[in-house]
Amino acid sequence: MTHSVDQAIRIKELTYRWPRQCADCLAISHFAVAHGERVFLHGPSGSGKSTLLALLGGVALPQTGRIELLGQPLTALSAHARDRFRADHVGFVFQQFNLLPWLSARDNVLLPCIFSTRRRERAGDPQQAAARLLTHLDLAPALWQKPAAELSVGQQQRVAAARALIGQPGILIADEPTSALDAPRQQGFIDLLLAETAAANAALLFVSHDIRLAAHFDRTVALADVNCAATEAAT
Amino acid sequence: MRAVLLLALKSAWARRLTLGIALVAIALASALLLAVERVRSDARASFTQSVSAVDLVVGARSGAVQLMLYAVFHSGSATNNMRWESFEALATHPAVEWAVPLSLGDGHRGFPVLGTSAAYFDRLRYGDRQALTFSAGKPFAEVFEAVLGSEVAAQLGYRPGDHITLSHGMAELGPEHADKPFTVVGILAPTGTPVDRTVHVDLAAISAIHLDWAGGAPLPGLAIPAEQVRKFDLQPQEITAMLIGLKSRRDVFRLQRHINGYRGEPLLAVMPGVALDELWQTLATVEQTLLALSALVVAVALAGLTATLLAGLNERRRELAILRALGAGPREIFMMLTVEGLLVTALGVLLGAALLAAGIVALGPLLREYGVHLALRPPTASEWGLVVSILTTGLLASLVPGWRAWRISLADGLTPRN
Ligand SMILES: Nc1ncnc2c1ncn2[C@@H]1O[C@H](COP(=O)(O)OP(=O)(O)OP(=O)(O)O)[C@@H](O)[C@H]1O
Ligand SMILES: [Mg+2]
Repeated sequence: MTHSVDQAIRIKELTYRWPRQCADCLAISHFAVAHGERVFLHGPSGSGKSTLLALLGGVALPQTGRIELLGQPLTALSAHARDRFRADHVGFVFQQFNLLPWLSARDNVLLPCIFSTRRRERAGDPQQAAARLLTHLDLAPALWQKPAAELSVGQQQRVAAARALIGQPGILIADEPTSALDAPRQQGFIDLLLAETAAANAALLFVSHDIRLAAHFDRTVALADVNCAATEAAT
Repeated sequence: MRAVLLLALKSAWARRLTLGIALVAIALASALLLAVERVRSDARASFTQSVSAVDLVVGARSGAVQLMLYAVFHSGSATNNMRWESFEALATHPAVEWAVPLSLGDGHRGFPVLGTSAAYFDRLRYGDRQALTFSAGKPFAEVFEAVLGSEVAAQLGYRPGDHITLSHGMAELGPEHADKPFTVVGILAPTGTPVDRTVHVDLAAISAIHLDWAGGAPLPGLAIPAEQVRKFDLQPQEITAMLIGLKSRRDVFRLQRHINGYRGEPLLAVMPGVALDELWQTLATVEQTLLALSALVVAVALAGLTATLLAGLNERRRELAILRALGAGPREIFMMLTVEGLLVTALGVLLGAALLAAGIVALGPLLREYGVHLALRPPTASEWGLVVSILTTGLLASLVPGWRAWRISLADGLTPRN
């Protein structure tokens, strides 16, 4: 059990079925991501990647099994406590539309500090932390005060990454964050994300159906290899 | 929680155009509802305040409400007059402390002219039994002197010393008694009652200006100059009505019975309070209908708010998913939508109250012509009641989108689907 404390993400004997579905969507006997580890998880469309992220976010609850994040059994917490845990410890970047369009880029980055005292405290001076992250992620200061809706998709994704990173959450979850970008920009964004998560010593679970993006990660996992439900369905 | 509410405000501000339209609809509807209630209660108040010390109003036999309307509010006209002998007999009745004759029918530029005695200014009470006071000048003492209500003076710009002529009948362009001008000798302080809109002259003056008239027109070939009217007997044959104050209120029913069975001519005596109650009863259905219709308009406006919020929700699924990812729970999402609706309702009611205040300032003078005095003042208990029910209904209307957002945030989780 001492081992589990080293794990950022640990899943055991998990099964999950969406409401009113007749088959399990996920059945994972074991899956883990270590602290600071950067994992590329891939699988075809509809294979349950986003479902897994919903479970890790604590938004959905598995029917059986156990999910531990940073040593905390998520499945033992109340819905409200899971929401708090997510605010404190997990940063998300999604495929698109990550930002509140009516807030400026900088205010979007600051959002986690509003929702989580822990992340506000860990950010030190949140304004400075936001400025530092935006600079590292290559966003010109002229854009910081602009409403998010006026940024290009690539700029928006970088703002989203800065937001996921502010206040140093232990876990970063990215769900196809590059699929709205053109090919040359994809690798650039991934490199920035990898560098920043490494600097923050956060674990990164990067999910995509595009195996070509896997190059610079510590480890690559095919969802089909850990998800028995998929193999059952396939056979 | 505070963070979410703050974001809810910013989000609402970003959608201010659509929300603004819903807000304006609520404002107009609440203004309407509050205005109906305000006119209703203030009409009652201003009517009741007009006759606070009068025990009986007496006139030729007609309807009680009709008698009140023309004798006190100078609206409508008497079908019959009462004889001067009857006035004298009643005025000297042992139970009567004071009696004031009223003679109506002439006008001055749209304002009614009241022929009465100087005792009128001592005896009449308004509001909470306040006496009439003069803001300038004094009561009339001569035949061709006039005392103006505050509004007559203010609207027509008269001051003591000015000369005015009366016209026959209330029509603004009725035939003029141009040969017999009156001097303004006094102006009354505002009372908020029909007194403000009345030109008061001596009862004798009414006889004097009609000396050379018959049947509503000057007698051809007969013109009596103003200087000579004193030579004639200016005692009127008839008056329109009279006001009576009693030595003891206990005698009111006895005297009323006495007057209603008066031998000399068919008379009617009414107690102002009773007659007004009768008036309110006949108006109650109209009031209720108006209130119900305005309440319906408010309901429609709030349904519009629900529709606006629900329609906006589909475009905001992404926003909700983002907030969820940031750590907001379904409960907070629910709060966010509900608070937004409630806020729009509250601002709508506030704007509605402001519109009502503006309306009172703008339209108050017009309504005053009908004897209804609307004043700017804090809301009454029943107005607060209406405000609270609008807010409660607004809350109910906002619970629907709140509940829907709750459902969406549970179903969508972190990935919005459309
Ligand atoms: N909210 C939901 N309710 C019911 N079923 C769902 C829901 N979300 C996903 N599913 C089902 O779960 C399965 C996995 O969907 P999921 O979105 O996890 O796939 P994915 O791997 O993320 O696909 P993509 O690469 O296209 O994003 C699908 O069959 C889908 O129909
Ligand atoms: Mg997906």
